[in-house]
Amino acid sequence: MNTLDYVILIGSMLGIAAYAVWSTRGRKDLNSYLKGAGETRWLTIGLSVMATQASAITFLSTPGQGYESGLGFVQNYFGAPLALVIISVVFLPLYRRLKVYTAYEYLGHRFDSKTRLLGAGLFLLQRGLGAGITIYAPAIVLSTVMGWRLDATIVCSGLLVVIYTVAGGCDAVSLTQKYQIGVIFAGMIAAFFVLLARLPVGLTFTDALSLAGGFHKLQAVDFSMDMNRRYTFWSGTLGGMFLALSYFGTDQSQVQRYLSGASLRESRLGLMFNAVFKIPMQAFILLLGVLIFVFYQFERPPVYFNKAAWNHQALQAKDGTLRSLDAQFTEAHLAERAQIETWLKARHAGDKGGEAAARAAASLAHDQVDAVRARTRAALDASAPGTKANDADYVFITFILDYLPHGLIGLLVTAFFAAALSSKAGELNALGSTTTVDVYRHLVRLDASDAHYVVASKVFTAFWGLVAIAFALFANLAENLIQAVNILGSIFYGVVLGLFLVAFFLKRVGGTAVFWAALAAQAVVFVLYATLSISYLWYNVIGCVACIAFGLILQAVLGLGKGPDPAKP
Amino acid sequence: MKAPLDDESTGLPWPRSWGGVYGLVMVIFVLWVGLLTALTRLFP
Repeated sequence: MNTLDYVILIGSMLGIAAYAVWSTRGRKDLNSYLKGAGETRWLTIGLSVMATQASAITFLSTPGQGYESGLGFVQNYFGAPLALVIISVVFLPLYRRLKVYTAYEYLGHRFDSKTRLLGAGLFLLQRGLGAGITIYAPAIVLSTVMGWRLDATIVCSGLLVVIYTVAGGCDAVSLTQKYQIGVIFAGMIAAFFVLLARLPVGLTFTDALSLAGGFHKLQAVDFSMDMNRRYTFWSGTLGGMFLALSYFGTDQSQVQRYLSGASLRESRLGLMFNAVFKIPMQAFILLLGVLIFVFYQFERPPVYFNKAAWNHQALQAKDGTLRSLDAQFTEAHLAERAQIETWLKARHAGDKGGEAAARAAASLAHDQVDAVRARTRAALDASAPGTKANDADYVFITFILDYLPHGLIGLLVTAFFAAALSSKAGELNALGSTTTVDVYRHLVRLDASDAHYVVASKVFTAFWGLVAIAFALFANLAENLIQAVNILGSIFYGVVLGLFLVAFFLKRVGGTAVFWAALAAQAVVFVLYATLSISYLWYNVIGCVACIAFGLILQAVLGLGKGPDPAKP
Repeated sequence: MKAPLDDESTGLPWPRSWGGVYGLVMVIFVLWVGLLTALTRLFP
């Protein structure tokens, strides 16, 4: 990065944060601090919901996933449109009618205090434990490739997001997210056009798609019923719908975004914006990765995309294994390129037979390239045990730094930071709100003034921000912890959704029954997770269905008391 | 500023009902899946 890139990065990040703090100054009452001034329009809500979900890892790693595995991951988002429609019809009007600050407050209205605390507790546990990951994950990649200090990257980005989230509350988060996602889209679209311009002369877009298809990178939809396949139409649509229902409908970091809408209409249109654009956005980011794959068929890619780790190990290695593998990779890549050029010539000449033969030969040559990469990863892992052997996270940033002009490099790095800050801000805002409303105001100080709760909310938001920074600073000592936190997150959602679905649809089930049902369902999910190897998306369905079924059984068998239902007149 | 009333109007020239909006969203979803399926089949 040169001076221009740094000016763009620092200027954009500080400028957006300062504008948000200035615009939201004077938010003194709890309602405007936690839910905004009630003026937020649908586009801001839509972009804010999108920005909260899309973290820096979405933009850093997803192209790498497209590069390695193609478009199949897009199926994970197939359940989102239907889920967002259900939230818009059922969840949202109830939240707004009861004027709740948090989703868990609704559980208190519908059931009882312990069920509300269970919902809030699961959210705080899951999000609080994972608080550092949204800062750490992009920081480790960016600091590695840029040569920045990891601790300085974490502290600077972490403190910036804490300052503007604490100062401006909900509106500051929505406002910054609107501009941050603008920077992100600008960066991704710029990268797409530079990539197209960098493809070899004579290679049309259809040729590029044909090449990608030849290497199975365009297998976007898989209708297989195999439960063990990670991404299929069915797991994405059904499991993905439960995941999206839980995430968008019950996770406070999302609920807080659309509760800030000026009206029910604005909130609904914001959700529908996501229902329409979520799938194409993810497909576009994956397609970027697929096109980078095509690009690197003509330009030699690094044998290992984490160049810093490669250089470090290559310098230390004494037996020349890595240098030998690098030479083998060059040879294999040249052989593959020759076959691809033959393939394209046959394609342009309309020689179907020649095209099929060259395609088969290119596929075999590509297997050789993949084999050398696999041996390289194994050699790196052997020389430095514990090294993260998957370098897919580094594919996109390597392309950016090697092939984009200065100015655009700054824009893309800004986009990654913008994504990290926007999702972190949504999380911190939600953690602070939930701690204040569902714990502090509910259990500790029940009758303090609005100003007192605003101060408390700021303190709790800052507290969670500092926890996130501390976790991120020590995360490199606990890679397994990060993995465990991610797993915990993915297996909690189904049960939380079950709690809410019982609340909405099964009026005869009371608080005590659903409370114990949720605990039992969570235990079932833990046991199944430990014994089965099905796609993690299915645990959203299992947890939710188990919670509902156990709730019905407990209510029927034990006849436990039914909680009040203020949603009914 | 006082929030507008939570009425059932979409405020859009078309579709005017929320049922229409949800129907449109589902049609767009089917179109996206169809497009991605076509991509899968066209470039196997």
